[in-house]
Amino acid sequence: MDDQLKNEEHTGTSRRSFLKKSSLITALALTPDTVIKAAEKGLDEQIASAIETMPLSLTINGVKQSVRIEPRVTLLDLLRERLHLTGTKKGCDHGQCGACTVHVDGQRVNSCLTLALTTEGRNVTTIEGLADGDNLHPMQEAFLEHDGFQCGYCTPGQIMSAVCCIREGHANTPDEVREYMSGNICRCGAYSNIVDAIMDVKQGGKKV
Amino acid sequence: MGTDKKSEPINRVDGRAKVTGKAKYFAEFEVPGVTYCVMVTSTIARGTITTINTKTAERAPGVLAVFTHLNMPAIPGWAEQGSNSKLPSGGERYRMLGSNKILFNGQPIALVIADTLERAQHAASLVTASYNKSEHHTDLLKNKEKAAMPPRMGDYTRGSDTNAHNTAPVVMKADYTIPIEVHNPMELAGILAFWEGDDKLTVYAKTQGVKSTQRTLAGAFKIDEKNIQVYSEFVGGGFGMGLRTWPQEVAVAAAARALKKPVKLVLTRDQMFTLVGHRPYTIQHISMGATQDGQLLGIYHEATGETASYDDFTEGTVGMTRFMYACPNVTTKYRIVPLDRGVPIWMRGPGEATGAFALESAIDEMAYKVNMDPLQFRLKNFAETDPEKNKPFSSNNLKEAYELGSEKIGWAKRNPAPASMKEGDWLVGYGMSTGVFGAHRGESTCRAQLNADGTLLLQSATSDIGPGTSTAMVQIAHEVTGLSIGKIHFELGNAAFPPSGSQGGSSTVSSVGSAVFDVCTALKGMLTEAGLTFDNGTVKSAQGKSDSLQDVLSKQNKTFFEVTRSSKGGAELEKYSLYSFSIHFAEVRVHPATGVVRVKRVVTVADSGRIVSPKTAASQMIGGVTGGIGMALTEEGIIDHRFGRFVNNNLADYHVPVSADVPHIETIFIDKPDPITNPMGSKGMGEIALIGFSAAVANAVYHATGKRIRELPITPDKILSA
Repeated sequence: MDDQLKNEEHTGTSRRSFLKKSSLITALALTPDTVIKAAEKGLDEQIASAIETMPLSLTINGVKQSVRIEPRVTLLDLLRERLHLTGTKKGCDHGQCGACTVHVDGQRVNSCLTLALTTEGRNVTTIEGLADGDNLHPMQEAFLEHDGFQCGYCTPGQIMSAVCCIREGHANTPDEVREYMSGNICRCGAYSNIVDAIMDVKQGGKKV
Repeated sequence: MGTDKKSEPINRVDGRAKVTGKAKYFAEFEVPGVTYCVMVTSTIARGTITTINTKTAERAPGVLAVFTHLNMPAIPGWAEQGSNSKLPSGGERYRMLGSNKILFNGQPIALVIADTLERAQHAASLVTASYNKSEHHTDLLKNKEKAAMPPRMGDYTRGSDTNAHNTAPVVMKADYTIPIEVHNPMELAGILAFWEGDDKLTVYAKTQGVKSTQRTLAGAFKIDEKNIQVYSEFVGGGFGMGLRTWPQEVAVAAAARALKKPVKLVLTRDQMFTLVGHRPYTIQHISMGATQDGQLLGIYHEATGETASYDDFTEGTVGMTRFMYACPNVTTKYRIVPLDRGVPIWMRGPGEATGAFALESAIDEMAYKVNMDPLQFRLKNFAETDPEKNKPFSSNNLKEAYELGSEKIGWAKRNPAPASMKEGDWLVGYGMSTGVFGAHRGESTCRAQLNADGTLLLQSATSDIGPGTSTAMVQIAHEVTGLSIGKIHFELGNAAFPPSGSQGGSSTVSSVGSAVFDVCTALKGMLTEAGLTFDNGTVKSAQGKSDSLQDVLSKQNKTFFEVTRSSKGGAELEKYSLYSFSIHFAEVRVHPATGVVRVKRVVTVADSGRIVSPKTAASQMIGGVTGGIGMALTEEGIIDHRFGRFVNNNLADYHVPVSADVPHIETIFIDKPDPITNPMGSKGMGEIALIGFSAAVANAVYHATGKRIRELPITPDKILSA
């Protein structure tokens, strides 16, 4: 990489001027002429889109999805902003609140810390995929019955996390539930009812 | 209604939407062609921007515009509102992107708008600025000399012996401090705005008041309120931060108009600390005098809280001290210190929660000084009537609440001597406190529409930030009409509905509920006139009549019956002092070697009139207590005053309570109708659930350890160094 490019990158000069530098274009496996012309016509954004996005295939709530996305897109933003599966919530974008919890191959993960491309070929379940048609999942029923929420914003993450909490075998006592559910913040303060809901499902013995 | 009849606990009517992910919050509405706004914020606390470089950002892929003070579209209402000479700073207002002036660290200096979120985020990282820094002042403790009486709240004095708090046989003096606390609702704040033409604006907002957001936007853009549509059906928590329509929300609407595109802004979590208010850092001094046998003779309470240099934020920090106890001489003072920080906003149990920490700690301290049980001390100084307003309370069941709560927690069974109880390695302590908040009722309007299929639709421009407004309203309508719960639907969060106030100050059930009560009563009358009646959960023909609801409607050429009623309190409200009360009992464990405090058990009793919706009301109480645990033990916004900047502006470092911090919480309702407040006999609940709770914990820590911690939060270092 020559000094000029380093400097360009450092100052963040636009792709347009970058693409116009034919000596550098050869480093990219593209036809320089086409690219240069395109850049001159202001079509570089479209080309950039093609260069910068990558294919992703995954299964979400049993439905196969194939999309092209930039590598920097998180699973959370893929779900919310592109696929309109807005049941999964953004609370902090830093893996600190649990509102974005989904299941990837049956494990609970913070979708805000998961780059979407890392879920290639995987099975993702979101809150929208938990119920069986109109029949709520037992955990959804229990949250409803125990009033395990107030504003409802952390609720999808709590429920997704709670299901795994039981599956993992971490719901044997209320104190154990408190510990293993402490990655999901509820600012309205419904914890007391959430713990009751989870214990109820656990003791009810239904498959989760 | 208004009787001793108890309401049935029902599940939330919107609960299914919340557990299935179908409930849509502001940022989740699909608007074709939506663009994404990311804000760049200042890195200094005071000064001016000398240069701002947006060129690189503007040329980044997908960027549609970058707005700074150099090219921000004018917001006509802002330009018109001039300086306010009453402000402590002398009048300088904050106008986002209105000039090169920086008034606080984290102030937006650029709006970057792009076609995707990631592109907007990246481009925002390319904006650079240089500043001419001025000296900044962000530390209240170092700026106390700037304390000023707020324009909206004067001093209060009662009694002829204003020095009684100093000269009484027993005198107790102490200073109490609460840090900055941040609302931090789980949903990030922001707005989604788009225009049709230049004068018709639609927004999806995170607000506690759709009408107030509508008014703010109408004022800012100088257009008719009718041309502004505000939607806010589901709100992911507010706790007070949604009581304002914040400057960045107005600015985004302006950007949307300039770009002729829908623009969505979602704040980052760190921006939630600086741009949507906080509970102000507050220092308090209480001086209290009593007789040897525990009769209060005088109280002096002075509170000093922060405001922004550009505002005069005021809250009721010293209000409770004025009337809570039968004390002949009381003086209260409240001062505000303008700092170079973002403006505070009321946070759940607003100033009262701050004041109650000091007052209820001081009451506990005085009780120990005169060798009395803190509960007995409160009873001895119980105010039978309101000593501030010289009016009777509309209802006051505190004595019963004290009894129920103390019985439940086992208060009498504890050893009252400090540091006397142990369980294993842990010290055990019990503490109590009282909370109080005005039982407010505002004007509210509700529309009722009885459809041919016998379903009832109710609409009001109120909000639900979590307490379960729709559930409570459906329950009130059910109790008035007898119509089954499943046939009643309540709609809110739409500014086009009949007007109601904002959801704040624990007033929604009282205000909107009264409108629901009145409109349902009117509807009953309407049906009677039409030869119909509500009977056994449905609408039937009245006795001696044969036409069904459908028959009557079709004969009248209607598809539904419709009636709208506005409701507000009458003169009776003036004759009484209207308050909701709570008593909190906390049992704590303190680890003497590490200083760790755990809340082990909580009993909280609410005297909030008749309980309209028992299930959601219980949730309100446990939620308030949970917030109170955070206030007492973990929450503290920390500023590095060298830079005037938060150092813990994220949820990993600002500790809101998590599940492991919160024990089982027992809630008890007195559940007796208040004869004055409103037709349901209800009083508010959201605030009293939290107000006073932090003092119950501090008092329990004292009982456990003999150490009095007067500065929140009660972190291990404070226990160990006390």
